[in-house]
Amino acid sequence: MIGLPHYLTISAMLFVLSIIGIVVNRRNLILLLMCIELMLLAVNTNFIAFSRYLGDETGQVFVFFILTVAAAEAAIGLAILVVLFRNRRSIAVQELNTLKG
Amino acid sequence: MYEYYLTIVLAPLAAAIVAGLFGKKIGRAGAHWVTIIGVGVSCLLSLLVLKNMFWGGHGSENISVYTWAVTDGLRMEVGFLVDRLTALMMCVVTFVSLMVHIYTIGYMHDDPGYQRFFSYISLFTFSMLMLVMSNNFLQLFFGWEAVGLVSYLLIGFWFKRESAIFANLKAFLVNRVGDFGFILGIAGVAMFTGSLDYATVFGMADSVAAHSIEVLPGSPWNAMTVICVLLFIGAMGKSAQAPLHVWLPDSMEGPTPISALIHAATMVTAGIFMVARMSPLFELSTTALGFVIIIGAITAFFMGLLGIVQNDIKRVVAYSTLSQLGYMTVALGASAYSAAIFHLMTHAFFKALLFLAAGSVIIAMHHEQDIRKMGGIRKYMPITYWTALVGSLALIGFPGSSGFFSKDLLIEAVRESHWHEGTTLGDQVTYWVAYLSVLLGVFVTALYSFRMFFLVFHGKERMDAETKSHLHETPAVVTVPLVLLAIPSAVIGWFTVGPVLFGDYFGDAIQVRSAHDVLAHIGREWHGSLGLLTHAVMTPVFWLAAGGVLTAWYLYLKRPDIPAVVKKKLAGLYTLLDRKYYFDDLYINGFARGGRALGAFLWQKGDQLVIDGMMVNGTARSVGRLAGVMRQIQTGYLYTYAFAMIIGLTLLLGWLVWLR
Repeated sequence: MIGLPHYLTISAMLFVLSIIGIVVNRRNLILLLMCIELMLLAVNTNFIAFSRYLGDETGQVFVFFILTVAAAEAAIGLAILVVLFRNRRSIAVQELNTLKG
Repeated sequence: MYEYYLTIVLAPLAAAIVAGLFGKKIGRAGAHWVTIIGVGVSCLLSLLVLKNMFWGGHGSENISVYTWAVTDGLRMEVGFLVDRLTALMMCVVTFVSLMVHIYTIGYMHDDPGYQRFFSYISLFTFSMLMLVMSNNFLQLFFGWEAVGLVSYLLIGFWFKRESAIFANLKAFLVNRVGDFGFILGIAGVAMFTGSLDYATVFGMADSVAAHSIEVLPGSPWNAMTVICVLLFIGAMGKSAQAPLHVWLPDSMEGPTPISALIHAATMVTAGIFMVARMSPLFELSTTALGFVIIIGAITAFFMGLLGIVQNDIKRVVAYSTLSQLGYMTVALGASAYSAAIFHLMTHAFFKALLFLAAGSVIIAMHHEQDIRKMGGIRKYMPITYWTALVGSLALIGFPGSSGFFSKDLLIEAVRESHWHEGTTLGDQVTYWVAYLSVLLGVFVTALYSFRMFFLVFHGKERMDAETKSHLHETPAVVTVPLVLLAIPSAVIGWFTVGPVLFGDYFGDAIQVRSAHDVLAHIGREWHGSLGLLTHAVMTPVFWLAAGGVLTAWYLYLKRPDIPAVVKKKLAGLYTLLDRKYYFDDLYINGFARGGRALGAFLWQKGDQLVIDGMMVNGTARSVGRLAGVMRQIQTGYLYTYAFAMIIGLTLLLGWLVWLR
């Protein structure tokens, strides 16, 4: 029987994976965006699992919101990415250090 | 009379504004006409006021014109107190001012600052009238500072000369020292009486004298003594009494007309006038009177001595002014206020005359002021010669001249003064210091006056041929004021001495305690001007003056080789006098340089190092240094920030979950 702990475990694994993706990835900005999406999905999984477990549908409604926002965010993110590429001819994360003090 | 008083004060002010602001438009002639008319109107109305008081039986008037502010019950007003003392001062001020205005047309003829000069002297007349006509301490202080300001502006009139700028700064700074005391004195008055109005303050004088004040903890002083001494310190600054006299000789850097008007006849006598005006206060403090008489005595004698070694024609007269101001101060200290004011009046005429005569010589000599390069001018400038003779005779107190009456009776008053009857040792010392100073001062006065007179007008002609060929009498605008001043210098003593000194002219404008009233004492044996004149030969004053003139004649005309020998023999004394008792060295090298060193120290160490360096810039620098370290953390890479955020979040959550 698959219970709440399994869902939470898979969600935590997804979350940690995406963190590792953000921290370790030094080349591609798209990968970074994907990691963020993954992070949101991990959170969504958590929401659904708890919603089911507690018998409260609010959590599932919330997931729709998050998905919507995530889609918008991905669109904006990709747009920024395109502009960035036009300007710098590169999307390597390693080269984006203009904030360096 | 209210309109009269307003006109007297405002006419010179209006003239000053017109000449000052529209000088270019109205031109040179316009500037002198408008100011002369302004001051002339003042002069005529002042004479009218005096006439109404003296013959018309008008009493004194105390008018409040305008209330400027009321704070905590302290009324600050503009008002006029016109009594006989004021009326006399108004006439002296406006008359001498008018003469100087006319004279200036000749003296400043080629000066580019012609309109400015007229504007300033008219402004001065306004300020001085505000001072003498005031009915409260605040307006007195306003007038006091305003005349000081105009004096500053006029000493530095030729502002391109470095020495003039030095002199006017010096005058300003030394006067600040005096004014510091003066305003403290006024503050003391306001503290004890809660009023600035003369009438109120004088009414409460007795209760103030009952107070005491601890300036230094543990030694209570009488409040009235403290107030009077502080007020007198103000007078010392303005009337150039030792040790605050140093500015007056240097003020001769200004044009000669203002030396006559401001630094001889009127402004410097403001201190004397003020003390006489405050007689109800000073009478209540014997200590303050003792202070006044000692300071006056020192000034009268020692400043006169300096006149003997000066070679600048104007400086000789300047030291003579110092010495004569000392005489007036001595009279104040002896409670003979009327004698002081009387001497003030006669001195205003003959000293203005002497200055203007000196100025006339200076014009003729093409602005050469060294008396060693003059001599024998008599035959070239007869009017100047005769008027200068009248002035010099009045100055030394030649029997019959105005100076004779004022000075002779002043010395008489000192001789009879209440210090004489004092029983304590201090009183005796005070008496002898004062009496000997004024008595020996007569000899000194005669010596330096006639030394200058003989060196300038008699003897060998020592000027160069170029100057000599141009030497001639000055124009009428110069000689007419000389003559007009010579007349009162010669004769005014005759018919004013009786009423002013013994005839209760001042009424209650000057209040003297009966125990101090030396003039009443002398007055019992007063038999009119002629009586005094016939006794002149029997007084030591006459013989001392005659001795001084003879000495001057012998040393500088008969045997001109002797002074050089004396100078060599008494080299030490000569140096002491030539260096003016080292007062200037003390002030310039001591106070001024010390002040500058302290200022430089505070500026460089206190301001630049501690405040700017350590506190302001130090804070900024340490923040910058800290930021320099901190910025190393900022890699600029997104993942670093993300990682830091996650770590932070984890720690925060961990703290929330486990530790709370």
